[in-house]
Amino acid sequence: MLRLEKRPSPSRFWQGATPILAVVLTMIAGGLMFAALGKNPFEAIRTIFWDPLFHPQFASYSRPQLLVKAGPLILIAIGLSLGFRAGIWNIGAEGQYIMGALFGAGVGLAFYPADLWFIFPLMVIAGAFGGWIWAMIPAILKTKFNTNEILVSLLMVYIAQNFLSSMSLGLLRNPEGGGFPGSRNLSQYPAASNPELIAGTGMHWGVIAAFMAVIAAYILLQRHILGFHIKLAGQAPRAARYAGVNPTGLVLLCMGISGALAGLAGLFEVSGPAGQISIDFNVGYGFTAIIVAFLGRLNPIGILLAGLLMALTYIGGELAQFMLGLPAAAIQAFQGMLLFFLLAVDLLSNYRIRLAHKKEAI
Amino acid sequence: MFGGIDPALLIASLMVASVPIILAAIGELVVERAGVLNLGVEGMMIMGAVCGFIVSVQSGSAVLGFVGGALGGAAMALIFGLLTQFMLANQVASGLALTLFGLGLSSLMGQSFVGIRPPSTGAVPLGPLADIPFFGRVLFSHDWVVYASIASVAATWWVLKATRTGLILRAVGESHDAAHALGYKVRRIRMLAILFGGAMAGLGGAYISMVRVPQWTDGITSGAGWIALAIVVFAAWRPWRALIGAYLFGGISVLQLNLQAAGARIPVEYLSMSPYVITILVLVIMSSGKGKAALSAPANLGQNFHASR
Repeated sequence: MLRLEKRPSPSRFWQGATPILAVVLTMIAGGLMFAALGKNPFEAIRTIFWDPLFHPQFASYSRPQLLVKAGPLILIAIGLSLGFRAGIWNIGAEGQYIMGALFGAGVGLAFYPADLWFIFPLMVIAGAFGGWIWAMIPAILKTKFNTNEILVSLLMVYIAQNFLSSMSLGLLRNPEGGGFPGSRNLSQYPAASNPELIAGTGMHWGVIAAFMAVIAAYILLQRHILGFHIKLAGQAPRAARYAGVNPTGLVLLCMGISGALAGLAGLFEVSGPAGQISIDFNVGYGFTAIIVAFLGRLNPIGILLAGLLMALTYIGGELAQFMLGLPAAAIQAFQGMLLFFLLAVDLLSNYRIRLAHKKEAI
Repeated sequence: MFGGIDPALLIASLMVASVPIILAAIGELVVERAGVLNLGVEGMMIMGAVCGFIVSVQSGSAVLGFVGGALGGAAMALIFGLLTQFMLANQVASGLALTLFGLGLSSLMGQSFVGIRPPSTGAVPLGPLADIPFFGRVLFSHDWVVYASIASVAATWWVLKATRTGLILRAVGESHDAAHALGYKVRRIRMLAILFGGAMAGLGGAYISMVRVPQWTDGITSGAGWIALAIVVFAAWRPWRALIGAYLFGGISVLQLNLQAAGARIPVEYLSMSPYVITILVLVIMSSGKGKAALSAPANLGQNFHASR
C-alpha cells in the first residue's frame, strides 16, 4: 500500500515542477479527449500550442493576440492571487470585470465627442473604481455581517451580467446604431480608445498595466510587510492574529485590489480589443484567471508565465476551431482539466509518497 | 400589477421551479454535514443536465434520463472526491475546477442535442385528488420528481436525526479526528456522502433540462448550483429549512417571470437579477445577528483529513 507522509515544509523542487507536470498530463488527457472527438490528437495539440507562434501562415496574425489575451488574464489573476494567499476567495472577478468596463466606458461615452487629453486617464480611474466598488460589496458584507464572500462574489456575477445587458440595450446604446444593442465603438473615438501601441505586437495599455501589476505584486509579497501579512494570514491565521494583523483590513484590501485590477482589465478590454459594450462582451476571463492564478502557484512571476500559456490555449483553440473543426467548448473543458491535474499533482509538493510496511499500517 | 397572475398557477409553478434547487441543496447539505465543502454543485448539476438529456433522448425514457443525470453528477463528484479525499487538494479550488470543467464538458457533449425535445415526464395520476378546487391544482397535479424531491427532504431529515448512519455522518463532519479514533473510515464515509451529493445535484440538473426548460442550451443551469449552496447556509444545515429556502427562491423566480410576462413596468433585466439579489440579502440576514449561521456549521467543514496514524 502507498502511504502519504507530510513534508515538514513544501518541496521546492516539486513546487516548480508540478505546474509543468500538470500541463503535460493535461496534454495527454486532452489528446485522448480530442481523439474521442475524432481528431488526430497530435495534430490538435500542435495546433493549440505550436502553430499560434510558429505557423508560417497564421503566426503573424496570432502572435500579437498572445499579449492581447494574456493581458487581462494576468491582470485579474495577480489580484486574485493576493486574496487566495490570504484565504480570501474572490471568485466573482468576472462581475468586477464587467462593472469596470461599464464604469469606464460610461465615463468615456459621457464626454463623446469631446477631444480632451484627460478622458482616457479618467476612464482608467473609473474602470478601477467600478471593479473596486463591485468587490467591496462582498467584502463589506463579509467584514460587517460575516457573510460568505465566495457565494456573494459569485452571485454578483449574475447581477453584473443582467446589468450589462440592461446597459447595452438602454443607457449606453449607440444612438446612431440603428436600434441594435451595443454602445458606440470606443476604438473609433480617439480620446477614449486604447490602441495597439506598437504595431504588430498586440501591446496596449492593459498589457503594460499587467506587467506593472506583476512587478508591484512581486515587490509587495517579497519586500513589504503587507505581503508578509497576507502570506501569514493564509498559512497561520491564529499566528497572524497574534502578530497584530487586522483581518478586516486584509479582507477589504485583498478584495479591493482584486476588484480594482479586474475592473481595469475590463476597461482596457472594452476600450481596446473589444471596442464596445455589448450584451456578450465578457468572455469568461474572470473565471479563467482563477486557473491562471493557481497554475502560476499564486506567485507573480508564475502568473505571468501561466497567463501567457493560458492565452496560448485561447488562440490555439480558435485556430484549432478554424483548421480542425474542434468545438470551442473542447478548449474550455481542456482548461478545466488543467486545473484538475494541477490540484492533483500538488500532492507531491506537500507530501512524500512512501511504500507502507504491513506492520506500520495498523 | 398582480392582476394577470393566477395564485393557484403561481404556487403550482413555484413547486416545480424549486425542485432542482431542493435536490441539489439536499445533496450538498449531506456532503457538508460530513465535513466536506463541495463548491462544484453548478458543475455537477450541468453535467447531470446534459447526461440526463442525452440519455432520455436516446432511450426515449424519462426515468432512464434521470438515472443518467444522477450518474453524470456522481461521476463529477467522484473526480472531486478523488482530488480532495485521496490527493488532499484544497476543497474550494477543487470545487471551482469542477464547475469550470463541467461547464466546458457539458457544452461539448450537448452540441448535437440543441433544439431537440426530450420525452415528457408524466404527471402522477392522483385521480380525484387532482379535481379538488385550488389544492388539486396546487398540490396534486405534478410529475413524480416533485413528490420525490419532497420525500428526499423527509428522508434526509430522518436519516440525519434518527439513524446510526446519520449519527456517524455527523460525527465525521463535526470532528474527523475523533471519528477516526473511534474506528470509523472517515475517507470512505466522506466519499459516499460526496457521491450522494453529486447524484442529487445531477438529478436536479436533469430536472432543469428535461422538465423545467425543456431542451438543451449551454449554461442551462444559470447559477442554480450556487443558489443551492446559498440555500444550505440559509438552512443552517437543516433539511426542512432547505425546503423552505428553495420554495422562497422558487417563488421569487416564478414571480419575476410572471411579472415579465404580465408586462410590468420594471425592465426585464432588473427582474431577472432579483432572485440573485434576494439570495444575497437572505444570506446576509442569516449570517448576522442572533441566528448566526456560522455557529451551526459542521465544525470540520472544508478541512481535509489526513490520518497520520
